Amino acid sequence: MTNLLIALAPEAFLVITALVVLGIGVSAPKARGAITAATLLGGLVAAAALLLHPVDGNFLHGMVVLNPLARLFKLVLLGLGLVSVVFAAESFPKLHFAEALALLLFSMVGMMLLAGTEDLLMIFLALELTSLPLYILAAFAKESRASAEAGLKYFLIGSVAAAFLLYGLSLIYGVAGSTNLRVIAKLSGDPDPLLIAGIALTLLGFAFKIAVVPFQLWAPDVYEGAPTAAAALIASGSKVAGVFILTKILTLGLGHWTGTAGWGQFAPGWAPVLALMAAASVVLGNVAALVQSNVKRLLAYSAIAHGGYLLIGLCAADAPSLTAVLFYVIIYALTTAGAFGVVVIVEKQRGGSHLEDFEGLGKSSPVLALCLLVFLISLAGIPPLAGFFGKFYLFTSALANGRHLWLVILAVAMNAVSLYYYLIVLKHALVLPAPKETVPTAAPASKFLVVLLALAVLALGLAPNALIGPLSNGQTVKNIIINTLQK
Amino acid sequence: MTLLTLIPFLGALLVACAPSCRIARAVGLAVMAGVLAFAGTLAITYDRAAGGIQFLERHAWIPSLGIEYFVGADGMSLMLLLLTALISPFALLAAGPGLSKLHVVLILLLETTLLGTFTALNFIHWFVYYELSLVPAFLLIRSPGTKAATAAALRFFIYTLLGGIALLIGFLAIQLATGTWDLIHLAMLGPKVDPLLAAQFGWPPAGLLVFCCIFLGLAVKVPVVPFHTWLPDAYSESPSFVTMLLTGLMSKMGVYGFLRLLVPLFPQRMQELSTPLLWLALATILFSAFAALAQTDLKRLFAYSSINHLGYCLLGIFAVASVPLGAPAARAAATNGVLLQIFNHGLTAATLFCFVGFLERRSGGLRGMADFGGLRAVAPVFTGLMGIAIFSSLGLPGLNGFVGEFLIFGGTLHLVWWAAALAVIGLFVTAVFLLNILQKVFAGPLPGHWSKFPDLTASEILTVVPSIGLMFLLGIFPQLLIALFNKP
Amino acid sequence: MILTATFLSAFLGAGLILLLPERRASLAKWIALLAVLAGLGGAKFAFLSFDHSPAAPDYQFLTWLPWIPQLGISFFTGADGISVVLLLLTGIIAVTGVLFSWNVTHRPRAFFAFYLIIIGGVYGVFQSFDLFLLFVFYEIVIIPKYFLIAAWGSTNREYGAMKLTMYSVAGSALVLLALIATYAVSGAQTFDLFVLSRGGFSSGFQAWAFPVMFIGFAVLAGLWPLHTWAPTGHVAAPTAVSMLLAGVVMKLGSYSALRVAMTLFPEGLGQWRTSFAILATAGIVLGALVALAQKDLKFTVGYSSIAHMGFVLLGLMTLNRAGMGGAVLQMFSHGIIGGLLFAVVGRMIYDRTHTRDIADLGKMDLLKALPFATLTFTIASVASMGLPGFSGFIAELTILKGSWIAFPWLLVPAGVGIVITVAFTLRALQRAFYPSGEPMPQSFDPITFPEKLGAVLLMAVTVCLGVFPSMLLNPILRSFQAPLMHHLVQEVTTK
Repeated sequence: MTNLLIALAPEAFLVITALVVLGIGVSAPKARGAITAATLLGGLVAAAALLLHPVDGNFLHGMVVLNPLARLFKLVLLGLGLVSVVFAAESFPKLHFAEALALLLFSMVGMMLLAGTEDLLMIFLALELTSLPLYILAAFAKESRASAEAGLKYFLIGSVAAAFLLYGLSLIYGVAGSTNLRVIAKLSGDPDPLLIAGIALTLLGFAFKIAVVPFQLWAPDVYEGAPTAAAALIASGSKVAGVFILTKILTLGLGHWTGTAGWGQFAPGWAPVLALMAAASVVLGNVAALVQSNVKRLLAYSAIAHGGYLLIGLCAADAPSLTAVLFYVIIYALTTAGAFGVVVIVEKQRGGSHLEDFEGLGKSSPVLALCLLVFLISLAGIPPLAGFFGKFYLFTSALANGRHLWLVILAVAMNAVSLYYYLIVLKHALVLPAPKETVPTAAPASKFLVVLLALAVLALGLAPNALIGPLSNGQTVKNIIINTLQK
Repeated sequence: MTLLTLIPFLGALLVACAPSCRIARAVGLAVMAGVLAFAGTLAITYDRAAGGIQFLERHAWIPSLGIEYFVGADGMSLMLLLLTALISPFALLAAGPGLSKLHVVLILLLETTLLGTFTALNFIHWFVYYELSLVPAFLLIRSPGTKAATAAALRFFIYTLLGGIALLIGFLAIQLATGTWDLIHLAMLGPKVDPLLAAQFGWPPAGLLVFCCIFLGLAVKVPVVPFHTWLPDAYSESPSFVTMLLTGLMSKMGVYGFLRLLVPLFPQRMQELSTPLLWLALATILFSAFAALAQTDLKRLFAYSSINHLGYCLLGIFAVASVPLGAPAARAAATNGVLLQIFNHGLTAATLFCFVGFLERRSGGLRGMADFGGLRAVAPVFTGLMGIAIFSSLGLPGLNGFVGEFLIFGGTLHLVWWAAALAVIGLFVTAVFLLNILQKVFAGPLPGHWSKFPDLTASEILTVVPSIGLMFLLGIFPQLLIALFNKP
Repeated sequence: MILTATFLSAFLGAGLILLLPERRASLAKWIALLAVLAGLGGAKFAFLSFDHSPAAPDYQFLTWLPWIPQLGISFFTGADGISVVLLLLTGIIAVTGVLFSWNVTHRPRAFFAFYLIIIGGVYGVFQSFDLFLLFVFYEIVIIPKYFLIAAWGSTNREYGAMKLTMYSVAGSALVLLALIATYAVSGAQTFDLFVLSRGGFSSGFQAWAFPVMFIGFAVLAGLWPLHTWAPTGHVAAPTAVSMLLAGVVMKLGSYSALRVAMTLFPEGLGQWRTSFAILATAGIVLGALVALAQKDLKFTVGYSSIAHMGFVLLGLMTLNRAGMGGAVLQMFSHGIIGGLLFAVVGRMIYDRTHTRDIADLGKMDLLKALPFATLTFTIASVASMGLPGFSGFIAELTILKGSWIAFPWLLVPAGVGIVITVAFTLRALQRAFYPSGEPMPQSFDPITFPEKLGAVLLMAVTVCLGVFPSMLLNPILRSFQAPLMHHLVQEVTTK
């Protein structure tokens, strides 16, 4: 019991912090600095709890499961959440600031719980805990029509997706008789038609969470309309949590029905479905991004494309590919968070996030422009940045079992296309002159964080071992996710 | 040998640093005089009794490709070296005013490449000089800067380079088949080259193809009709002293190439193809003679006449090649004739163009035959000396031109009588147009505006007298030259 | 380690420049100069200390460090004769490029930082023996190119930059695909070129992997018909970048095609070589023909690059020592000559006259106004035509020799290509620099000292190489007997 308490301590600290922040918000709603500081402090305490007193184990029949991999992801999610907190100070409306941060914290709690569970019920609950605050946050800029539209759209599509997911998970439960993934994994033989339906509905539900075809529609509007800090969390933390838990469900619980997505070697299972979703996302995301003029929308389409790349790795479903998927999703989240950070600052300076608003950035704030360069080039997969190694690793391992050549060809080709739109953004930022002289606004914390993220992206590109090590050392991925995976 | 090629090159560098044009000219002349003395010394020290190629120098250059720095000279080379050493200062002297420092540098560079060409014995080494000569020549031709000169220079360069590439491609094949670039070695292989080529490429006509490549390359340079079209423009548009170099020296590179590269390597092909080759030579002779007849511009006329005279050289070469065995006397006569003709034509043609240059200087650029008349009256020295040159050109006995042509015709008549017979027509036509010049330009009534036509100045006389003297000397004592390439 | 110093100096220089405060921005060029001089020093040291003795190892200066062991990726650099030659080329072009950029005053820090990143990437490619490492360096070059052209370029720069970048990236995508497939198929869990080149790839795999990888690399080498990025890119680029593009970046493509694609897939090479040889020859002839029709002097030079790189590719496809050795020599030679031509056109002429129209230039009497530029361009043109005495001659000579063995029937078009090359070079030289009409003399700023220094350096190299090609040919030819390449050479023994 004590161990369980210790295991959940980080989440508990976050909840307490949220309550404290709400309290400060009631008593001193204008003390935004204090509110942010309190939030960050709470986050740091949670991180300390996570790092200083690690416990591993399976609690409450798989409701809470802790192991090095889960802790790594909790840490990453916590970090991404705190990044959004810092950005929030620049991008959220002044009114009800404390409430916004509290919502962010609640969402982070949901994500962290999601990372540490192997139970369908808990998964659904944690997902909802993640999503509900995000729906509200998306609509938080109350005077902006776009934000309201974003919130509504996110909420409506999210609810439909949640319904799909709930149906799916209940069908799986119905067939397996248990909500625990390890028990479900004991099922074998030909799949029950109900199970097939369950798997299909689950995949559709997650398609929403990680923004891939066919539930990608919300992404551009939400990314554009929501306050940028909220969008940053939706794009980074929420995606990491979604991909991580999807990986867990599919490989830990449903490993028997992987199937194959190889060209001409089709075998039924979830892999072919994922393959189709991946292919569609990669193409749609990259092609649609070509014509965007708003950087946030552009990042949304790029997010769809990246969701597709990740699914390719999942299709391959072997230890190296999964390591690559997890590696890449973390890299992607760091990079996107950084890119949104730049957008936050630019928005504050120029009042918008259209391409024209980036003009002259290289002149007015060269450091920021350089960071933007790092992030976008990393997203485009150019060395020596982390995004390149991530993609390389992903494609290499997806191809290693030789069956996903068609997907890799498609992804590599579309990835080449993607450089075009990233360059268009960078052209505005670095090449074109500013239309009028602008005074750079001070946003030291955000700027510092952006630089930090850029350095991280560069460092992880030069020494990807730093992250692959923890992911693959001691066969982390193999033991924890795939031990029941039978090929 | 190396020193000989190096002198004008260093001279060019020196001249480039000269402070004024006059000094440049003086330095240039001094350097050329040095070269002349050097070449003369070589000719005298050449061991005629031993014959063959002497003064050999050989160094590794690009060993991985079998390319060596390899120079040496036999009688033929020495004769051409002498000719080069003679004509270069002659041209420099004939240039008169309007000569710039750049011109002197270019002439010296051209002399370097010419000397290099006539001494190199490794094909690549030879080719380096052969091709490089185009650059100074190109710049010299276009030096008036007129549109026509520019176009002519461009045509000259591209035509000759096209030939050069063909030559290079041909020799690459030969090197592949034989493994050597060494011209002496290749000459020793001689008749084996053709079968080796066929073996290398597993295709019997390979030898023929390579032969055609090399022939084309050289034919453009000489030129042989129908590859001559670049020539009249280049000769007539460039300044006269440049034309002297072009006709006196550069055309000899082609003839030298025939003798050094083609004939020794493909004796059988030469014999097999002798009939078409002879027809080509005849075409060159006759076409250019008739074309010259139709010209009114003196420079163009002499340009065609130049082609015509080189045609005799080719006639001799092909005639000798057509009968590889037998008739030793006739063969020797024709060969000697060809070599003499090379030298004589160089001398005579250069002198003629020199006179045209003098004429142009006086007439302000006019050189149509119809523009002049009766100059005999006002410029007797001019008339006399130019007349000698013209008579030398048409082969008047006692002057140098006669001996060469006589030997060629004599030899050819024995070897291939019909070709000699047809070529005689060319000889007649030549006589007609050359005499026509004398008549139109120097005889007849004197147009009023030429009444103040100045005669040759002392310096001009000094310029041409040595060559006129040589014409007489060689006309009377041709053995001075013949001795160089015949064992005593 | 001396090799590592080459690219480290460049990257460090770039980092230092980025750290410069704004008011010290003018120091950027000095730092850049120091960095490239250090690189040149390293490259020159490597070139000079490369041991030629027969007993010496084929691959020298080897450095091996583990990097990403999970994927079998290591930091593995070294050099054979080909590498040292191209490293030297990079050093020379890098230094002269800085000299010709001495007048960059618009955002100099960013300019020189991007510039140095390209240099570092190029150095890296020429010494990598780990394919992943090689690919990383190869890709590093792409992005700075875009910005240098888009921000500091001239005519139609944004279009040119984007076109060039997209072609590069498309090529890289092909390479990446083939590379990943190679890794997956080999099953050796390594990117070590020495291990991978030991073969074991099925003919079926080689038959598609070779063309994919070769074309991917050859896009950068200007393989016809995928060359169209080159002229527009060259023209749009600022002088130093044109020099880099023509001088070394195009060589990245041909070098990598040789080092990686040809080495890994000899069977695929055997099946495809004739097709690629035909494309290369088409590049020679068509590149030259198009150059003949250009009105813009820089376009002329740009298309001439295509023709010259056609010779490189043709030489590579001959698969004999003469042809391939000539190809590498031609890479070096064209690097120097192309760099020189772009330097004259871009820096000496365009920066002063603000036009590159051949007809307009012809009216300016450049011979009088800018005699040094005229002299330099004349020498560069003569060298570019492949006249003897300059570096291009021996290179083209050996390539032609190789072609006689491998593709005798391609010699005629190749020869025609040479003649057309001469024709357009002369035409441009003549019309732009030696006016034939009534010139209108104008006066321009005199050629500055850094320009003269750079031009003299490049001219000296091309002449020196023209007279003593053995300097480079010996190490190059030696490399074809080394383990990675010897199986490629299909030598017909000469008698």
